[in-house]
Amino acid sequence: MFAYIVRRLALMLLTLFGISIVIFFLLRIVPGNIVDILFAAAGYVDPADKANLERQLGVDQPLVVQYLHWIGGLLHGDLGYSYVSEKPALDEILPRIPITARLAGLALLFSASVGIPLGVLSAVKQGSRLDYALRVVSLSGLSLPSFWLGLLILTASVAMFGEIPIFNPDPKTWGELFATYCIPAMAVGFRSSALTMRITRSSMLEVLRQDYIRTARAKGASDASVNFHHALKNAILPVITVVGIEAAFLIGGLIVTETVFNIPGVARFLVEAIRWRDYPIVQNLVMLIAVVVVLANFTVDMLYAVFDPRIRYSD
Amino acid sequence: MRSVGALAIVMALSMLATGGIALAGEPKQGGILRIYHRDSPGSASIHEGATYSVNVPFMPVFNNLVIYKQDVAQNSMDSIVPDLAESWAWSADKKTLTFKLRQGVKWHDGKPFTSADVKCTFDMLMGKSPQKFRQNPRKAWYEQVNDVTTNGDFEVAFNLKRPQPSLLALLASGYTPVYPCHVSPAEMRTHPIGTGPFKFVEFKANESIKLTRNPDYFKKGLPHLDGIEFTIIPNRSTAILAFVAGKFDMTFPTEVSIPLLKDVKSQAPNAICEVEPNNVSTNIIVNSSNPPFDNLDIRRALALALDRKAFIQILFEGQGDIGGSMLPAPAGLWSMPKEMMEQIPGYGPDINANREEAKKLMQKAGYGPDKHLSVKVSTRNIPVYRDPAVILIDQLKSIYIDAELDVVETANWFPKVARKDYALGLNLTGNAVDDPDQSFYENYSCGSERNYTNYCNKDIEKLFDEQSVETDMTKRKKLVWEIDKKLQEDVARPIIFYARTGTCWQPYVKGITVMVNSSYNGYRYEDVWLDK
Repeated sequence: MFAYIVRRLALMLLTLFGISIVIFFLLRIVPGNIVDILFAAAGYVDPADKANLERQLGVDQPLVVQYLHWIGGLLHGDLGYSYVSEKPALDEILPRIPITARLAGLALLFSASVGIPLGVLSAVKQGSRLDYALRVVSLSGLSLPSFWLGLLILTASVAMFGEIPIFNPDPKTWGELFATYCIPAMAVGFRSSALTMRITRSSMLEVLRQDYIRTARAKGASDASVNFHHALKNAILPVITVVGIEAAFLIGGLIVTETVFNIPGVARFLVEAIRWRDYPIVQNLVMLIAVVVVLANFTVDMLYAVFDPRIRYSD
Repeated sequence: MRSVGALAIVMALSMLATGGIALAGEPKQGGILRIYHRDSPGSASIHEGATYSVNVPFMPVFNNLVIYKQDVAQNSMDSIVPDLAESWAWSADKKTLTFKLRQGVKWHDGKPFTSADVKCTFDMLMGKSPQKFRQNPRKAWYEQVNDVTTNGDFEVAFNLKRPQPSLLALLASGYTPVYPCHVSPAEMRTHPIGTGPFKFVEFKANESIKLTRNPDYFKKGLPHLDGIEFTIIPNRSTAILAFVAGKFDMTFPTEVSIPLLKDVKSQAPNAICEVEPNNVSTNIIVNSSNPPFDNLDIRRALALALDRKAFIQILFEGQGDIGGSMLPAPAGLWSMPKEMMEQIPGYGPDINANREEAKKLMQKAGYGPDKHLSVKVSTRNIPVYRDPAVILIDQLKSIYIDAELDVVETANWFPKVARKDYALGLNLTGNAVDDPDQSFYENYSCGSERNYTNYCNKDIEKLFDEQSVETDMTKRKKLVWEIDKKLQEDVARPIIFYARTGTCWQPYVKGITVMVNSSYNGYRYEDVWLDK
């Protein structure tokens, strides 16, 4: 097990190193830099001012020097300065992390807590009206783009309650807190819960046809014990994989949800930073997201080992 | 006796009622004005910005020497009032403009305001100061200013190379605040210090901008509000829904499109909405340095093919105006008379006749039904640019031009234009001041950084100077009309239309005036108050 963990950790570091190179050079391949954008916004260009600004920001240096400067700083905890706000990148990124983390955590929680039980229910009641209804719900969840669902929620809230659940930096009541985080989390987690539901259902159906399930029933085990203790435990591995992958994909959904619900989180900030070619913000944010994704995968790997001893022993 | 008593009661009641009405009209103190902001401005420094996304939230932090009266919708020389200056005077030769400054004014950090601050500001704008702006987009405005000199702490003079009456108009723009000498340009980008009615509190990028009342404001009794909060909401649908739900007291100024305005009026019928021109022209930049548009006939054919009314009808449901390089009347002060405009090729009402003429010019240039001219129409990848470009492409088909849309990301748009890597471009030009000096020198003068097409006509250049020194308004107007007509005939930068846009606010917001001939000058907000 120790060797398994060490190998996974080494792989993690290698992946992060690769990502740092890819993001750094991909950003530079995209045409235009912050100086181009600043002058484009001003509608003129003064070559001397432009050269001076490029020198000040260090974007005129060779790419390798820029990369080493960034990585060196990152290893020392110095993330550099935002080109746009001219504030330390860390000060810009840190306050936004808890907002997105809360949102992502709630979305995952929603996805798992709704998707898994309903998936089990759908499998157990296969072919029933309930099963058909749940399959329609899960299909609609997969088909609805989250920005559209978000806008639909906002429009309905305004039309029905005269209120709009956009971000409130200082929620004073439970209702406001719910509106600030839970509604957007449900909007972004709906798709993911639908996927979880479908995977759980198909995985459960496969397991429920196994001989040992028949044996368990023959022994006189209750339905709940068979479904949740014997079947779900063995059907959960693909579900964990999907939830892990969804955690990584969530950031894409959050970009849209944060924009629609006007949430000042990391995902929307990243889009704005890309628009301005604010390299220090984009590079560090992507690295942060990469760390989260890699950690999520690491956690999934660990959970595999916990749920399936064969993995533990074979490694 | 009884009737006299009744009359007295009626009179007393009516006096009370009249008094009540008067009281209801009195501005109330307090409250926070909540506005949504359309995007996150790049910095807080007005002098370094070239978009009203900076002016709207930060103009309340500053004062100018002079300013357009904030409750008069049309900016003109007559609506300019003193601000940090108490008065101004021109010398007899009209080459020196002297301002007497207010005494006792303090910057928000408590330091006193003096003439040195004015000199510092304009020295920086003219590039004569050791302190430099990161960007200085309006340096050309002060081309005719030789230097700025002080006479004691409370008098300052602008010494000009030649008379330029419209310098005063430029100084009254929201783009011309006075900066403190003791604060660096870098600090002004992140934490602006002004003398204005509101102090800067914080600017969280992509989140919010907060201002609070300046209790030491030199205009006694102002401002009425305790503060202003801008919440940055780039998603238009969310922003409008939030306004309808009452989360905001006001929309971002001149940002509500005509279709969205209908939504607002249907969902929030009590909201007050105004649709006004914003002095932003949608125009075509033509690369006349390279074939095929180096051929004047093809440029003229292009101008003749335009059906301007169709653009306005499709994009704005008729809410737009047709004009030349100066904003059309009645909002614009300098537009040529309709009869004169209709004489310009392409401005006549008979579109079919115009296009027949255009076809003849195309045939003369070697194109026709069997040989179409293929070009690309380049434009920024933003709906306000992209949508008219699509209509333009459709209209060009009528004169044997097969155009293809070439959308360019903002970051690449200006470098592309600067290196002349385009044939036709669909462009928007905002005019901060409704004054010919600003428009002509900036957009059409030889060598100007914003003269994207490098149009250069020395004869017209002379006329630019002639109108610029002219102090007689009637004579100047005639010169301006003549210049504008020539610019359109030369197809220097064909103007397609001037859009109108909406601003909405809740009925309890009082003292809002939407300016009709500029989107850059009306955001001081010191007179705004909340009736609740």
